[in-house]
Amino acid sequence: MIRHLLSAGDLSLDDATLVLDTADEMARLTEGRAVKKLPTLRGRTVVNLFFEDSTRTRTSFELAAKRLSADVVNFSAKGSSLSKGESLKDTALTLEAMGADGVVVRHSASGAPYRLATSGWINACVVNAGDGTHEHPTQALLDAFTMRRHLGELAGKRIVIVGDVLHSRVARSNVLLLATLGAKVTLVAPPTLLPKGVDHWPCGVSYDLDDALAGADAVMMLRVQSERMSAAFFPSAREYSRRYGLDSRRQSLMPPEALVLHPGPMNRGMEITAEVADSARSVIVEQVTNGVYVRMAVLYLMLAGTNTTEEA
Amino acid sequence: MSRDLTGAREVLDGDDVARALTRIAHEVVERNKGATDLVLLGIPKRGVPLAHRLAQRISAVEGIEVPVGALDVTMYRDDLRLRPARALEHTEIPPGGVDDRIVVLVDDVLFSGRTIRAALTALEDIGRPRAVRLVVLVDRGHRQLPIRADHVGKNIPTSLAESVKVRLTESDGHDGVLLDKPAREQREPAETAASEVQP
Amino acid sequence: MTPILIQNARVLGGDPQDILIDDGVIAGLGAGLGKDGATTIDAAGLIALPGLVDLHTHLREPGREDAETVETGTLAAARGGFTAVHAMANTDPVADTAGVVEQVWRLGREAGHADVRPVGAVTVGLKGERLAELGAMAESAAGVRVFSDDGLCVHDAQLMRRALEYVKAFDGVIAQHAQEPRLTEGAQMNEGELSGRLGLRGWPSVAEEAIVARDVLLAAHVGSRVHICHLSTKGSVEIVRLAKERGLPVTAEVTPHHLLLTDELVAGYDPRYKVNPPLRTADDVAALREALADGTIDIVATDHAPHPVEAKDCEWDAAAFGMLGLETALSVVQHTMVDTGLLDWAGVADRLSFAPARIGRCDTGGVPHGRPVAVGEPANLALVDPSTTTTIDPSTSASLSRNTPYEGMKLPGTVVATFLRGRPTHQAHQITGGTAGGNT
Ligand SMILES: [Zn+2]
Repeated sequence: MIRHLLSAGDLSLDDATLVLDTADEMARLTEGRAVKKLPTLRGRTVVNLFFEDSTRTRTSFELAAKRLSADVVNFSAKGSSLSKGESLKDTALTLEAMGADGVVVRHSASGAPYRLATSGWINACVVNAGDGTHEHPTQALLDAFTMRRHLGELAGKRIVIVGDVLHSRVARSNVLLLATLGAKVTLVAPPTLLPKGVDHWPCGVSYDLDDALAGADAVMMLRVQSERMSAAFFPSAREYSRRYGLDSRRQSLMPPEALVLHPGPMNRGMEITAEVADSARSVIVEQVTNGVYVRMAVLYLMLAGTNTTEEA
Repeated sequence: MSRDLTGAREVLDGDDVARALTRIAHEVVERNKGATDLVLLGIPKRGVPLAHRLAQRISAVEGIEVPVGALDVTMYRDDLRLRPARALEHTEIPPGGVDDRIVVLVDDVLFSGRTIRAALTALEDIGRPRAVRLVVLVDRGHRQLPIRADHVGKNIPTSLAESVKVRLTESDGHDGVLLDKPAREQREPAETAASEVQP
Repeated sequence: MTPILIQNARVLGGDPQDILIDDGVIAGLGAGLGKDGATTIDAAGLIALPGLVDLHTHLREPGREDAETVETGTLAAARGGFTAVHAMANTDPVADTAGVVEQVWRLGREAGHADVRPVGAVTVGLKGERLAELGAMAESAAGVRVFSDDGLCVHDAQLMRRALEYVKAFDGVIAQHAQEPRLTEGAQMNEGELSGRLGLRGWPSVAEEAIVARDVLLAAHVGSRVHICHLSTKGSVEIVRLAKERGLPVTAEVTPHHLLLTDELVAGYDPRYKVNPPLRTADDVAALREALADGTIDIVATDHAPHPVEAKDCEWDAAAFGMLGLETALSVVQHTMVDTGLLDWAGVADRLSFAPARIGRCDTGGVPHGRPVAVGEPANLALVDPSTTTTIDPSTSASLSRNTPYEGMKLPGTVVATFLRGRPTHQAHQITGGTAGGNT
């Protein structure tokens, strides 16, 4: 297993499968059981270092760490030195002095977790919990976990990812992970919301959502922020949702068992209608539950053993 | 007794294993005065098929279905930090749970006792059995904790440098127990992790 | 001052000759020169170049003396073989008045390691709104001829046109930092496949090329010369080439780092590689080298941009743009241009001394630079040993800052000595061998 989880692209097929299988066991162990706490990470300290507000992701990591009996320290941008402009480096040095074993970091700057992991400021394992418009590997893992639970192995499965790919760390991580798992990914977005060089990514690209949905096993809708409108990425919310939103008509273009995913938080009525979000094939709520299992798996695999990587 | 190609000595062959399990099945029933309230939990990997075989034998004798499951103890081990994190094995608790049952833990080799210590802790998180008993196919000695088995297939005195390898049809194609000579330090890591605990 | 006799130096890479320096000028040039009482330097195997002239240096003083001062920056310049540097105007306060440029010029005189030629801001406070008092700066003691809002682009076309026209009165030149601002809002690195993958906001080539194209057309229209700072893309090269073919009055510079480094270095998010304009692709690097070789690009300018440790020891987005350049420039040029056969040492002398002095109009006047290595000329010289290889160690830099992108790289060539009007401003080690007439 890798020492830091910075990019979904760092996971080999074996690593990714190990995480998903481990998450499966975490789910079996904790689902419906009276006792929800495992002693595995007793005495280890996990720091949630959130330079950017995200109650959902932080809570998910916190729950995961606590279920494994780790000590959890939350550093959030609000009410701490982080909001007073303390540098990433100083914060890292503080965490090191506190004896953090794992640092879960969310940052608005792409690559900030790389700096933490590679600049020699700390010895702790670093888990990227979302960095700028770069990556969000545990989100991709929980998406894959959720899809795998319903669809079986993902090799050969057709997954459509729709929306603001340009600014989406979820899309980047999903494309990399799903490619490793052998799924066929198609990105659908207006050309303005696709990054330059996307044609070199391990996936297909389409501007036509109706077309892409036929035969899909799952569709993942990305959040589109209405601020993008003022920056002329698209003319209006109405035009966006007409061309790229998921409504019941579009859902019916997919096979009846196809899944609907959304990393949240949703803009109901913008990229997805309430009807679809609440439909029987929507696994959006389940994604949240699965997030805890996947993060337990990641924390277990990265923190339970020795810090060496010599053995598989 | 024979030697396999690797130079390891076979201390139990397939028939020996079958006989030992049959005997243990009877012992368990006798001790429990029947099969009522029994739950068999195998400790992965090789404890699980052994638990299933025992359950079959007990059912055959008593004519009732014996719940059987698996209890992975990886996350309860006290040696987690001594090596890289390991993949988890399946834990499968039978639908009736373990509360107020007689839980029989089944493992292939009893060595330091630390696996069983972990299993007892894991069991605590699952429920409160009326009693817990322990079945092992092989007891090789060298206990580091005050733990003993209730039913043993065979006691095999060993040196610390030796290793005991249990082969089962379900995972290895045939049944047998091998005692590996200390000469070579080479070990299959997976085997080591699965069937014994290094002291 | 004692005369200095440099023996067996290969002037501009030619056959070995002796150079006699007396009273600040080159007093003799030829084989087997002698001069009683002169200090001799054995320069066998060394290349003698005219003192290098940097058209693009950030000395940070006044305002950011924690990053660099005129004293330390010019010391770094001397170590790099430079005898004159043009100090960019984006200081605090901005060099947009005669007072500030004279202050910088005077600080340079006091330091004495290299002549400092201040660059004046084009617009007041670099705000891009109204012209600074260009004439006053030109007439000041600093004698400013190069004007630039470097760091920022003079993006308003009308303002740029006026600036180009206005400086004709005193033979000035506008040095444009070509960056279309709307296309580069929040830009962090070259826009390409890698920026998409890394999730870093792209700085597209077209944002440079659009301004380069506009400005050569504007310059042609008003009959003024324009200088393009740190050209970084293949497309810009093509535009400048076309402009020169049409005889338009455009000159261009390339930095050492754009001749050597590519955007692939950004992949680890190490802000040492964060620079503006950003590191581009290998394709761009090849085009820039070729353009420097064929003269489409006129000069190499360092864009020496010191930053304190905390400006780089942070996440990529928060880091400052810029890299050190003065001490490593010649090594990078040797590595990328000379050792590859693209340019000979005479070409190096042209691109790093003659041409930049001409563009900056400091090749004439009281203290000229970029003059030929000839008898009667000021003894501004750099002696270079091209045979060495050095592993770059930032801790040995004369600069106050440490933000070199070449740390740990092995680069060829050492500047052994630099002379400013006959006075040694840098000696890598004790090179004087005794006095002439005796043993050497
Ligand atoms: Zn610039």
